[in-house]
Amino acid sequence: MSQELKNDIIVLRSEILHKIREFFHRRGFIEVETPFLLPYVIPESYIDAIKAENGFLHTSPELCMKLLLGLGYEKIFQICKCFRKGEKGKLHLPEFTMLEWYHVGIDYNTLMQECESLIVFLCKELFGKEKIRYKNTEVSLTPPWERITVNEAFKRYASVSLQDAINKGLFEETMVYEIEPNLGIKKPTFLKDYPVSMAALSKIKDNHAERFELYICGLELANGYTELTDMEEMKKRLEIENKKRKALKKETYPIPKPFFLKIKHLPECSGIALGIDRLVMLLCNEENINNVVAVTPDDLNYC
Amino acid sequence: MYTASDLRKGLKIVIDNEPYIIIDFQFSKPGKGQALYKCKLKNMITGVIIDKTYRSIDTFQPADLEEKKMQFLYKQDNQYCFMDMETYEQVFLTEDQVGDAKNFLTDNLEVEVLFFEGKPIGIELPNFVDIKVVKSEPWVKGDSVSSNTKPVVLETGYVIRVPTFIEEGEKIRVDTRTGEYVTRIKE
Repeated sequence: MSQELKNDIIVLRSEILHKIREFFHRRGFIEVETPFLLPYVIPESYIDAIKAENGFLHTSPELCMKLLLGLGYEKIFQICKCFRKGEKGKLHLPEFTMLEWYHVGIDYNTLMQECESLIVFLCKELFGKEKIRYKNTEVSLTPPWERITVNEAFKRYASVSLQDAINKGLFEETMVYEIEPNLGIKKPTFLKDYPVSMAALSKIKDNHAERFELYICGLELANGYTELTDMEEMKKRLEIENKKRKALKKETYPIPKPFFLKIKHLPECSGIALGIDRLVMLLCNEENINNVVAVTPDDLNYC
Repeated sequence: MYTASDLRKGLKIVIDNEPYIIIDFQFSKPGKGQALYKCKLKNMITGVIIDKTYRSIDTFQPADLEEKKMQFLYKQDNQYCFMDMETYEQVFLTEDQVGDAKNFLTDNLEVEVLFFEGKPIGIELPNFVDIKVVKSEPWVKGDSVSSNTKPVVLETGYVIRVPTFIEEGEKIRVDTRTGEYVTRIKE
């Protein structure tokens, strides 16, 4: 891609960041900044942290933002770099930019609406319309967007049932190659209600996890939950993830004990992480993440 | 040993005892799930292309490949003979192994011979080779509708379209990647 074309994208990226901040400030959120360098990471089976001196670079700001929720903050957002070892591809960078926000007193359904409002706001402010074109497909952003459960998505698009896919270890393959390309085509799609085994740190209700992912034009943009607020349960889940990592012959991570000593419970809330680079890709109709980042690891001959 | 995180375009690995080169590579990772490494691989002996999806726990044997500059000596029956000009070691490749390169293989031409685990498996030609035209019909203007080029036969037996001014006995330069005429060589 030519430098001129890239310059246009970087200018638009700067406007997008500016408008995101405007959206949250208007709604009474405060922007927070939390440390990147931490002595702990939240153990997750398939996310590997980059080691730093006496600790790790954070893989997301989740832990510190939850600390703030426990201390009484109610509406917070953060835009920051996150680091994940070995993730590099057309949609992945080992160092990428995340928007993460938490909202006390709402569940994941209301959070989905808030997410709709954010992206509609950005699109209207930047382009004066509620439609975008991505990969030759026109997507209408006018709410409400499609909501579909993981179970329904398997029934509708996959060659195997959800249960069979999980039992045979084919969940990811089926998701990536059969289901994702169908999601968010005419309207954005919230894929919701994950199996309990994939709850991560979301609340479990009626035998499913109150977790969702947002897809627009097959592109996975965000992951949100009704947050798990029971700290004892949270500790157990982290220990289970560490056991899974051990079984995969991966390094285990120290459980953040000081966090659990300080925070005895979280207020009822929801939270979401949205990939800024992918959002810029979508709004600039770019298919490669390298084209929306001013300086890439390739520019530096790194990774 | 390579791990899945080493996979990238151009990497050469062994699958079922044969060398493969990754010609296309796609990294995917759904949500909080495990990473998938989708590869398009080309068998470096047969040229057959296959698709494979790997996961982070998979490991791979690097392909033991070596390239040597050698000179083409002669063809006998179905065998092409190449020689290392320093050690005078000679190796033989079958017509199948030489493949389309046979169309541009002139006597004494220097090529790269590719070895897998010590055995020759194929050759790589220079991008441009100068070859003699051995047969060309005399050209009469207006003979054909496609009047700027005509077919001629090269010393290797290969038929190529060249500009009408090229005559029998002349040498031309050919691009071995496209199999097309580049220029006339004046000697």
